[in-house]
Amino acid sequence: MTTPKKDRPWVIRTYSGHSSAAKSNELYRTNLAKGQTGLSVAFDLPTQTGYDSDHPLARGEVGKVGVPISHIDDMSTLFESIPLDQMNTSMTINATSNWLLALLISVAERQGVSPSVLKGTTQNDIIKEYLSRGTYVFPPEASVRMTADMIAYTVDAIPGWNPVNVCSYHLQEAGATPVQEIAYAMATALALLDAVAARDDVAPETIPRVFGRISFFLNSSIRFVEETCKCRAMTALWEEIGRNRYGITDAKLLRFRYGVQVNSLGLTEAQPENNAIRIALETLGVTLSKSARARAMQLPAWNEALGLPRPWDQQWSLRIQQILAYETDLLEYPDIFEGSIVIEERTAQLVQESRAELQKVLDMGGAVAAVENAYMKQQLVESHTRRVRDIESGEQMLVGVNAFTEGEESPLTAGGSQDSILSVDASAETEQIERLNAFRAKRSDAEVAGALQNLHDVVTSGGNALPPSIRAAKAGVTTGEWTDVLRKIFGEYRAPTGIVIRDTGEATGATSDVRKRVDDVSSEIGRRVKLLVGKPGLDGHSNGAEQIAVKARDVGMEVVYEGIRLTPAEVVASARDEGVHAIGLSILSGSHCVLVIDVLEGLKQAGIGHLPVIVGGIIPEDDAATLRAAGVRHVYTPRDYDLTRIMAEIIETIAEVHTSSDAPPAATAADSPNAH
Amino acid sequence: MPIELADRLRASDRAAVAEALNLIEDERPAQRESADLLLAELEGRDRDATDSSRAALRVGITGAPGAGKSSLIDALVRELRRTDCTVGIVAVDPSSQKSGGALLGDRLRVRSASNDPGVFLRSMAARDRLGGLSRTTRAAVEILAAAFDVVLVETVGVGQSEAEIVNLVHTLVFVAQPGTGDSVQFMKAGLIEMPDIFVVNKSDAGPAAERTQSELLGGLGLVDPKPGAWTPPALLASARDSVGIEAITQALFAHRESLEASDALTTRIDRGRTEWILASLTERYGSHGIETLGGREAVRQTLRAETKQAVPVLLRKLSGAIEAKLGG
Repeated sequence: MTTPKKDRPWVIRTYSGHSSAAKSNELYRTNLAKGQTGLSVAFDLPTQTGYDSDHPLARGEVGKVGVPISHIDDMSTLFESIPLDQMNTSMTINATSNWLLALLISVAERQGVSPSVLKGTTQNDIIKEYLSRGTYVFPPEASVRMTADMIAYTVDAIPGWNPVNVCSYHLQEAGATPVQEIAYAMATALALLDAVAARDDVAPETIPRVFGRISFFLNSSIRFVEETCKCRAMTALWEEIGRNRYGITDAKLLRFRYGVQVNSLGLTEAQPENNAIRIALETLGVTLSKSARARAMQLPAWNEALGLPRPWDQQWSLRIQQILAYETDLLEYPDIFEGSIVIEERTAQLVQESRAELQKVLDMGGAVAAVENAYMKQQLVESHTRRVRDIESGEQMLVGVNAFTEGEESPLTAGGSQDSILSVDASAETEQIERLNAFRAKRSDAEVAGALQNLHDVVTSGGNALPPSIRAAKAGVTTGEWTDVLRKIFGEYRAPTGIVIRDTGEATGATSDVRKRVDDVSSEIGRRVKLLVGKPGLDGHSNGAEQIAVKARDVGMEVVYEGIRLTPAEVVASARDEGVHAIGLSILSGSHCVLVIDVLEGLKQAGIGHLPVIVGGIIPEDDAATLRAAGVRHVYTPRDYDLTRIMAEIIETIAEVHTSSDAPPAATAADSPNAH
Repeated sequence: MPIELADRLRASDRAAVAEALNLIEDERPAQRESADLLLAELEGRDRDATDSSRAALRVGITGAPGAGKSSLIDALVRELRRTDCTVGIVAVDPSSQKSGGALLGDRLRVRSASNDPGVFLRSMAARDRLGGLSRTTRAAVEILAAAFDVVLVETVGVGQSEAEIVNLVHTLVFVAQPGTGDSVQFMKAGLIEMPDIFVVNKSDAGPAAERTQSELLGGLGLVDPKPGAWTPPALLASARDSVGIEAITQALFAHRESLEASDALTTRIDRGRTEWILASLTERYGSHGIETLGGREAVRQTLRAETKQAVPVLLRKLSGAIEAKLGG
């Protein structure tokens, strides 16, 4: 038996960035020194949604979940002493991806590197932003057009660039089953490919190369056998689509290329050290099968349900990859599932079911139509609701959460949250704004105005947005200015929620007890209990808020669901105008303290400071204490998986606040002389 | 208190609007009574032609789920705000039959509602309908009409909701979605006579929209002329692309003018009051209850003689009369 050549390991990355370009640059250089082989840039939410660091919506979000990039100097600092011609750079950027690529191109030129040799990826999958992640800006058609601009530009100008990384990752985080993950990711890829194929500036003979540049970004759950089959199924289905729909024959261009970040949805706040084991097992699903192996990987950190991971926590994730790639014998074998009837059968089944679901989406007009009519979103919300119920009922076991909860005290978290997570320095925001103001002061206003006008003219006349964006980057345009031009042209968009339509509310046991209580409290306070659910700030991960809204409706509350990207002032105005009895806020970006305290202040000023505020999110215990001290009634974190119990607590708080004698009168009439 | 609250409403005090809407939803007896007093105060002034609440444009917007009513409202609001009209909106969504809860998602689509002091939106659940929807929706329209230039009432469904809403507004807009057969259903159900303006939304859908438009125009050709010589238009619009929105607001104002010019506005308001009270009494006591007062026509005559009285007062009076007869 001949020993096959050992397979090359995947690109090993860590998704990182925070505080400032300089701090992130330092982090990247340290990570590269530790044996990381590529970069994965995390941008903060203002950058992702096209706001400068000093915009009101950016308050509390600057430098939190990633690095703030407002202009070319920030980008230049980010890659200082990192030669861009030798680096494979992945950028998690979507709505503003053309802008960030324009900045990268400009910085490459500053470094003396020809942009044509750049290697890397812009995530640029806007469809999943509408379905799960929430950092979209423009309506779907305009967004798809911007993506097509990037594809059309890079296919010749930067041939080593992956302009789009179609994400099934976020679909799984939003609750997708493997079939939904496969089908909706494929539908997304087809929407983009069809948009490119329809363009005048892309020749038909270029399409196979375009197809070959589309890469994917997958998730991998703890069910690693099924995940292996999923990767094999996607490989098969992608090749089938390439051959049949686009007539491609070149085997190299037909290859299904994908990167991975493994599942965060299943990571737990309780006994967080267990997550290291989960993460390791999850990597198996995307590495075991050589013919469907990930080409790049980044792993979450064991403690990300507690807050932002520190470099040490990220190192642990890096080591998992290195041990698997360099210590085990994984890479020494050809595909170990070749000839496995069991794996083949499950794979074939997934292909068949996904093909049918994909056809369903295509029949309704493709991925864009299935965003606008909320079909895909509804399917995801339903799957997620099922998952949440199964965990609540114990049908799905989560060790340390709903099973085997007794355990030793962990020394890793014994010191409290200050010792087990990273806290971003509050001065990061003010310093970034100072740098931004200094940058604005030194640029040429005339050049900026000219570049913005040029961008406007090119985009409105249907031209490719990248060349004028590159000009704008060099002229000193800022992220907010660039996006504002396009906001004016395309308008802004709010995606449908998928939660409004279906009534799934069969009540059992505890749920029906809470329902009874909601009925009673409603009678006592005179009208049905009404709850506002919304997400202040820029974080667009709405899955948690949606599950809360569905559950509150199921226990009999009237729920005003206001969705994402709200300013504290908007939350306050909605609470008053809607006459709600309580406010539920969900924030996952780490900006909870600033935003929630602004809401509490606003409520007081509006004369409705008595309304109970309930907060959910990834909130470290110290911050939870701060919030409770500021007046928040309950703080829920990923540890609180029992939604029925959450509802029971909320209704008791509402009863206490709205029926107590010192509560402000529910209405003017309570003391009417005519009352009897 | 209700009088002071009414004054604050007329001064467009948003906190007062919110407070008044909370009050009219409150089912406790004392609050119900105060709510009636408030409405009596608002409607009492309503009978005085110089009062500003009289001037508010009251518009009902109905259509099947998915027709894009909320998005259309968002576009209409932006257009109305361009001309400095203030807008109050009440959006009614169905309640879950099982839990009594409801998901109210209109704020999500009417984005201008939370950051523009000239726009006010209240979401309401339809509840069990037995007096709930019609009583509170009607009261909400009165309250918003006291505080804003234009009142928009959004309800879901083809059929029952048109019949309910038509008595609360001056202008009824039906939103049809292209290619779904809404319009055909609508004509079959005999509802085509109710709306004053038809909008075929999603005109970006192309030929399907035009087909729906001509179906509607065809159906409208068979309908008796409206009072004030108003011919209901069937307008094409796209809320998504902000196309055809100005034509809708123009039609709203044109319809209002046509009603005023022919004195049909007063007739319409009086008929709306009368029919609403009749419907409420029928819902509560059945046809049998109405018979105790001498039948529908007799009730209509009684009400026509009582145009100075506020609706809640009349409703209470007639309910009392029916209960006395039924009980005795």
